[in-house]
Amino acid sequence: MSTEAVVSANGISKTFGKGGVTALENIDLEVGSGEFVSLIGPSGCGKSTLLRVIGDLVEPSSGEILVNGKTAHRARLDRDYGIVFQAAVLYDWRTVTKNIALPLELLDWSRARRTARVAEMLDLVELNGFEKHYPWQLSGGMQQRVSIARALSFSPALLLMDEPFGALDEMTRERLNAELLRIWAEIGSTVIFVTHSIAEAVYLSTRVVVMSARPGRITSVIPIDLAQPRTFETREDPRFFELVTQVREALHAGGADAEEPAE
Amino acid sequence: MSTIAQPVAERSGTDHVRKWAPALVVFGIGLAAWQWLLPVLGVERYLLPPLSDVLQAFWDNRSELLNAGWITFKEAFGGFLLGCSVAFLLALVLARWRPFGNALMPYMIAANAVPIVAFAPITNAWFGTLSPWSKIVIAAVLCFFPVLVNTLRGLTSVRPESLELMRSYAAPQRVVFARLRIPTSLPFVFTALKIASVLAMIGAVVGDYFGGSTEALGVQIVSSVSLAQYETAWAAILVASLIGIAFYATVALAERLVLSWHPSIRAGVE
Repeated sequence: MSTEAVVSANGISKTFGKGGVTALENIDLEVGSGEFVSLIGPSGCGKSTLLRVIGDLVEPSSGEILVNGKTAHRARLDRDYGIVFQAAVLYDWRTVTKNIALPLELLDWSRARRTARVAEMLDLVELNGFEKHYPWQLSGGMQQRVSIARALSFSPALLLMDEPFGALDEMTRERLNAELLRIWAEIGSTVIFVTHSIAEAVYLSTRVVVMSARPGRITSVIPIDLAQPRTFETREDPRFFELVTQVREALHAGGADAEEPAE
Repeated sequence: MSTIAQPVAERSGTDHVRKWAPALVVFGIGLAAWQWLLPVLGVERYLLPPLSDVLQAFWDNRSELLNAGWITFKEAFGGFLLGCSVAFLLALVLARWRPFGNALMPYMIAANAVPIVAFAPITNAWFGTLSPWSKIVIAAVLCFFPVLVNTLRGLTSVRPESLELMRSYAAPQRVVFARLRIPTSLPFVFTALKIASVLAMIGAVVGDYFGGSTEALGVQIVSSVSLAQYETAWAAILVASLIGIAFYATVALAERLVLSWHPSIRAGVE
């Protein structure tokens, strides 16, 4: 593991409500600079909650969390991370360009600087020609690419992704997986990626963190030693299948095959 | 990249004709029935005079009626501006400080159910029968509640993830309102403004009924009826209706321009 920790969580617990559903219990996690870490687990294992604790969108009940060596709160105020949700969460009244520029406007970038950066971002997510389109004119996959461009526009050191491709069809998801890896290689950010797809987690990550539900705990951490850069052939590599099996067994050992109530 | 949906193509001229033809036919049948069917059915003139007589009365009194319409429209528009802007600003305050909003909203919703035109005689006492302000205030109060309730609903119906995104940018409340809550509320606001444009005309005309400048439209309707000049009364009602429709249409047009990004507009659905 890298010595330069981007995220360092110590004994994080989170209980919701008074009587208390325990969403997270005693989570220790360290994520080094440049890593691509996936959080995987059954519904209700608290993986999205953990992501929100890192982003200071949810406050932990106990434990300590550092992001870029600062408190998560300080890191949020410093705009140290970009976030992508399962829904693209684009603002309907803004064009593609203006959606991507939203965080730049909040950071008081000049118009010229914003325009230049939006053009770079459109290149990065391959959406040239769609500058003036409104979100409703884009397919789901394109909307999610705009959302990724918006999250990366201000070059945050950390990218938080909460099941970003969960609502997309399998073909689009695989294409966006490949694109995300290309972008990750290009910008060198650290990525924390929540998913419930084993294949996606293995294909994308340098490490897969497996969680179990009620209470949400980390049951195992599996390093993914597939060669970089990963390609479509990676998915046919025997090692890929071994790792998929390993993650699946870790999930089952954590009780993932128990009956799950709807989240 | 071929999955892009293209904006709905402009309707061609013949499509327009096809779309509007049934409505125009119904309109024509209605006018014809008014003119020729009512006398055949033996409807008395004081109940509803034939269309041609109403149009003749309008033509004979056109300068008074148009002047009266303008006076009453100014009352309605003044009330619309006053009521809608106060309601919008109050909605911002109530959405920003929710406990305040939660404490006041039940009363606002209850007040919305009060028949406000019942207060018209009272506002005459407050502001003077001849003052336009007694009518402006009635129109304003009528506009106030739908705009307040709808705007507040719009300001608070923001998706949680949109708010989380703003929070991830550490955006202050001022920015959350300007960039997220107010744009989200606009479809609700315009729905309320369309309702308010109709209510403002009702408020102004009914305000006139309880007394006002003899030049105002509502006053002319009352005095024409009391003099048994039913054609003139109907001509005045016609003027009031046309002003009301034009007012509503103007607000609806503004909505189309401002909300060009909104689903109901882009699909050409009303």
